[in-house]
Amino acid sequence: MSDQSNPVLPLVLRDVTYEAGKRDLVKSLNIQFEPGKRSIIIGPNGAGKSLLLRLCHGLITPTSGTVEWQSDARHAQAMVFQRPVMLRRSVAANVDYGLALRGIAKGERRELIDEALERTGLRRRADVPARSLSVGEQQRLAVARAWSMRPQVLFLDEPTASMDPAATHDFETVLDAIHQAGTKIIMTTHDLSQARRLADEILFLFRGRLLEHAPAEDFFTEPRNDLAQAFLRGELLWWRHGDGPKGPVSTGPKPD
Amino acid sequence: MNELGSAFSTASSLILGLDTALVEIVSLSLRVSLVAVLIASIIGLPGGAALAVFKFPGRRVVVVTIGALMGLPPVVVGLAVYLALSRSGPFGVLDLLFTPTAMIIAQVVLITPIVMALTRQIIETMWEDYAEQLRSLGAGPWRAIPTLLWDARHGLTTVVLAGFGRASAEVGAVMIVGGNINHATRVMTTAIALETSKGDLALAMGLGIVLMLLSLIINAAVHLIDDASTRRA
Repeated sequence: MSDQSNPVLPLVLRDVTYEAGKRDLVKSLNIQFEPGKRSIIIGPNGAGKSLLLRLCHGLITPTSGTVEWQSDARHAQAMVFQRPVMLRRSVAANVDYGLALRGIAKGERRELIDEALERTGLRRRADVPARSLSVGEQQRLAVARAWSMRPQVLFLDEPTASMDPAATHDFETVLDAIHQAGTKIIMTTHDLSQARRLADEILFLFRGRLLEHAPAEDFFTEPRNDLAQAFLRGELLWWRHGDGPKGPVSTGPKPD
Repeated sequence: MNELGSAFSTASSLILGLDTALVEIVSLSLRVSLVAVLIASIIGLPGGAALAVFKFPGRRVVVVTIGALMGLPPVVVGLAVYLALSRSGPFGVLDLLFTPTAMIIAQVVLITPIVMALTRQIIETMWEDYAEQLRSLGAGPWRAIPTLLWDARHGLTTVVLAGFGRASAEVGAVMIVGGNINHATRVMTTAIALETSKGDLALAMGLGIVLMLLSLIINAAVHLIDDASTRRA
């Protein structure tokens, strides 16, 4: 359970590079994530969006550069994966698992589970096997599981990628409640209209580089980067294979 | 053909009449194999999972070695345990040779590698999917092991059954370390071998039928339990 009186934000990435083999998968990222604002990370396939989240969340270690929190953030963050793993047990037990790992007493856990399931609309399904839920419900359970731990920061990796519009709508409602409750949301998406609906700020990634980091309004009215403009127009970027951005590109605001 | 027919009818009457010799042999067989499977599972399930989850130097060698041990010839294991337990062997003072305990030891040596190698295989595949999720929820590798074992329970019941199958069907090792002593270490497989060589096909067949029935019943029971738990999670 995170201690709200001990804020972990802003999260600062300094010159973060991640290599696999000899290739830079993300390169020289300088980002500062401020509390409050919903940060939506967009970009074409292979841009490094998921990698960026996993670097922030500490699942992988950068080859060089640093990921800095303001205080011990291990218990102050949670993540919802694109394809979350549901443990082979009941819906409620899935939420209980993470809470138990954080050493929360049983009585308190029951309340947190009930509340998380209530807020995600899964209360009536508490006792069914988690793997019998639909894709949309499983994703909401993943959010319930993450949110029950009261993180200060919630990472979400294309959580609605395999949902129909109705399920996506329900999901966004839940996300909104989490945002209102004061949790910082950092999320990747493919879906530009979703980014428009949710974002307070946009980070545009392309081939492992951050090309633009701007308030959502500015980004959607007039992106400064020409690749971002092309992306917004729906022009696919990956056909420029082997022909990445050349020369200096505008990289938006850098962390101070 | 006629001989076979009469042997079959004698076998049936032995089984249906719960012949004391038969019951004694069957119950000893069950006891030895079940205890051996239990011990092999206690070692092999967490051991296999640990091998899947932890990365350490020499891990590949250990994996290959355990895989190779799956194919250990029972007579060789029997011989090795015999030498270890014999009067002049390192554990001779325990005076265990030709006891059911010696048979259990031999079977544990035989089936632990099977349980461990198959468990490692199952858990390693699962770990690829689970690793980041469990770490994100706050579970390190140690804490992940019981979680993975529990989530793999359906596949692992088959692993344990494979171990039981090997244990209960095995003749060579228990023959050598048990000695096939009447009323003491005579189990189904050794009795079948003995009775067949003596020409008493009735008892041999009766035991053979019981051995297969037991295997069937135990497998069916395990799968019923497994199905019931699948419905719950």
